[in-house]
Amino acid sequence: MALARRSSNLLKPLSTASSSSFLHRRSFSTDDSTTITIETSVPFTGHNCEPPSRSIDTTPKELMTFFTDMALMRRMEIAADSLYKSKLIRGFCHLYDGQEAVSIGMEAAITKKDCIITAYRDHCIFLGRGGTLLESFAELMGRQAGCSRGKGGSMHFYKKDACFFGGHGIVGAQVPLGCGLAFAQKYRKEDHVTFTMYGDGAANQGQLFEALNMAALWDLPAILVCENNHYGMGTAEWRAAKSPAYYKRGDYVPGLKVDGMDAFAVKQACKFAKEHALKNGPIILEMDTYRYHGHSMSDPGSTYRTRDEISGVRQERDPIERIRKLILAHDIANEKELKDIEKLARKEVDEAIAKAKESPMPDEPELFTNVYRKGYGVESFGADRKELRATLP
Amino acid sequence: MATNLRRFKRLGSVFINNSSPLRRLSSSSAVLGSVDGQVQQPGTGTGKSINLYTAINQALQIALDSDPRSYIFGEDVGFGGVFRCTTGLADQFGKHRVFNTPLCEQGIVGFGIGLAAMGNRAIAEIQFADYIFPAFDQIVNEAAKFRYRSGNEFNCGGLTIRTPYGAVGHGGHYHSQSPEAFFCHVPGLKVVIPRSPKEAKGLLLSSIREPNPVVFFEPKWLYRLAVEEVPEGDYMLPLSEAEVIREGSDITLVGWGAQLAIMEQACVDAAKEGISCELIDLRTLIPWDKETVEASVRKTGRLLISHEAPVTGGFGAEISASIVERCFLRLEAPVARVCGLDTPFPLVFEPFYMPNKNKILDAIKDTVNY
Repeated sequence: MALARRSSNLLKPLSTASSSSFLHRRSFSTDDSTTITIETSVPFTGHNCEPPSRSIDTTPKELMTFFTDMALMRRMEIAADSLYKSKLIRGFCHLYDGQEAVSIGMEAAITKKDCIITAYRDHCIFLGRGGTLLESFAELMGRQAGCSRGKGGSMHFYKKDACFFGGHGIVGAQVPLGCGLAFAQKYRKEDHVTFTMYGDGAANQGQLFEALNMAALWDLPAILVCENNHYGMGTAEWRAAKSPAYYKRGDYVPGLKVDGMDAFAVKQACKFAKEHALKNGPIILEMDTYRYHGHSMSDPGSTYRTRDEISGVRQERDPIERIRKLILAHDIANEKELKDIEKLARKEVDEAIAKAKESPMPDEPELFTNVYRKGYGVESFGADRKELRATLP
Repeated sequence: MATNLRRFKRLGSVFINNSSPLRRLSSSSAVLGSVDGQVQQPGTGTGKSINLYTAINQALQIALDSDPRSYIFGEDVGFGGVFRCTTGLADQFGKHRVFNTPLCEQGIVGFGIGLAAMGNRAIAEIQFADYIFPAFDQIVNEAAKFRYRSGNEFNCGGLTIRTPYGAVGHGGHYHSQSPEAFFCHVPGLKVVIPRSPKEAKGLLLSSIREPNPVVFFEPKWLYRLAVEEVPEGDYMLPLSEAEVIREGSDITLVGWGAQLAIMEQACVDAAKEGISCELIDLRTLIPWDKETVEASVRKTGRLLISHEAPVTGGFGAEISASIVERCFLRLEAPVARVCGLDTPFPLVFEPFYMPNKNKILDAIKDTVNY
């Protein structure tokens, strides 16, 4: 009963996918100079701030990029699912399919000098930051070509040159780190911000509130992005949170509720948040989104929610379908062209997997490297290298 | 009553070359008990063969049934928990006694301390031992010292924290750790680790009914793999009593939890080479049963300790130091420690990290031939 009650809420922002029918049709063009004005699926809801406008300008090129990138992310996660099931991926594996619009929209609004830090559902965030499929799959399978040289696995993707700080294993633990990143940015007087991502489950961790207080106290350019996929592992948000209005839970910190299934809403919100954060300090963005897979690969994802709920969200709110409809409505590309893009994504993914499989596992001595900085203080030593020994540099 | 670590061969192939059959690891000193202290020997043949998570489930069911002031809470426990240990309990006892918490380990333990301080049995679950660290402050500073600092006016003795620990073959950095040594450094706590279904049921019931806070680590690798006959009724196994599960004369091996199955295999292989090993399950890490270990080392003159946690600062170090103090003149070789390596728990090189059978066998031979 309760599930059904909530399901209808999840399906709410669905009516506006074709809201732009007033726009005249354009010929297929990825010309950057053509501007299309579209409206976000639902209005933003603000907490202690004036929400941004619903209407947003885009270009055919951007629409096509959104579609292509999200199709690639989706395909990557589906492929990771089967690699995990065939035991080529070990460790724990948390998939992002359904939530792609958050990464895509965020990246469209910010630069690679803005920092992102997230938890363990990190594959697509890494891809969004400019990581490659090969690095992703190689890391997933624990190979040398992986972004963490095969030593991290699914939960620990990093990309320093794009200010992606990973990739953290403990629920909510990355949020205070994000505030530290933001402090460094502010101290260096950079015009950059930090996007600190966490889930609705992590929103109930105490350290989140410690971090919020520090961020607000020192006016840090920290944007707390709550990816609300409505389930903290197997527990529905309303069973775990007295107030599931996460954008309001910063109290003195302003917040914005965003349809996280609409890449353009996310883009608009992130642009707004960046401007706000640089001027006024922290802000919370609650992204109303949904994960199609279970929490991790060991969770079938169907015991605590109905299949109807999942298929309902797929039909009504899917972030890729939303962009597909916009592209078709504006006659930027036809069905077949979009199918071809998806086929290409499939091909790219398959090729990356094949290549990743060729990459060797890390060399065995790698087990002992990176525990401490090389040459400084302590290393693993001994004939069987089982012990630590202090060394003078 | 033979332990049947069914499917252990398949598992063993991950890190053990030899798939020799396991000797029984089941307990011989189980005591049937109840809350009013009545003690009986468990009847034989009354139990069914069940796996470790089912044994835990039975213990929890009995705990809830036998004391109306007992409660179970933790992340997803209302649905049975990720390892199915609490399956069916919410249906049977109601959602006011078996309930989900938000994802907030510090809150879970702190809440449990308060609940226990009001005279209840608070059975908290931390989903993985790797997630216990946000609650470390509550356990170390609040739970462990509550009785001491209030001059015995208050305590949280009814608190039991259950948490799965250890490797599973592919758990990676944050689903594989063995943090027991951190808690063994905290007077006021008890730390208990069972090795098999029957042990788990009896030790868990003792831990729940124990008037001191207990951290109860469950070997997650064995949840489904370890199967043995477990008495159906209510019974308790004594805390702080080690058990000699294999008698021998050349060397004493001490371990706990999932590691005992590995050590048992090393003992079997050593026996083929004429080395007689005595294997001891410590069962309770603090306060630990020094006498049993000491008596054994006095007999054999040699000691080997094995655990999954990194060797440096592991609980093996404490055992080693204590036994050297007590048996210095009797020891014929240095105490050997075969433990996890001093690295973070690795993702790709788990088989190298693990203190496997061959490493133990090598250390047995080195020690005996010292």
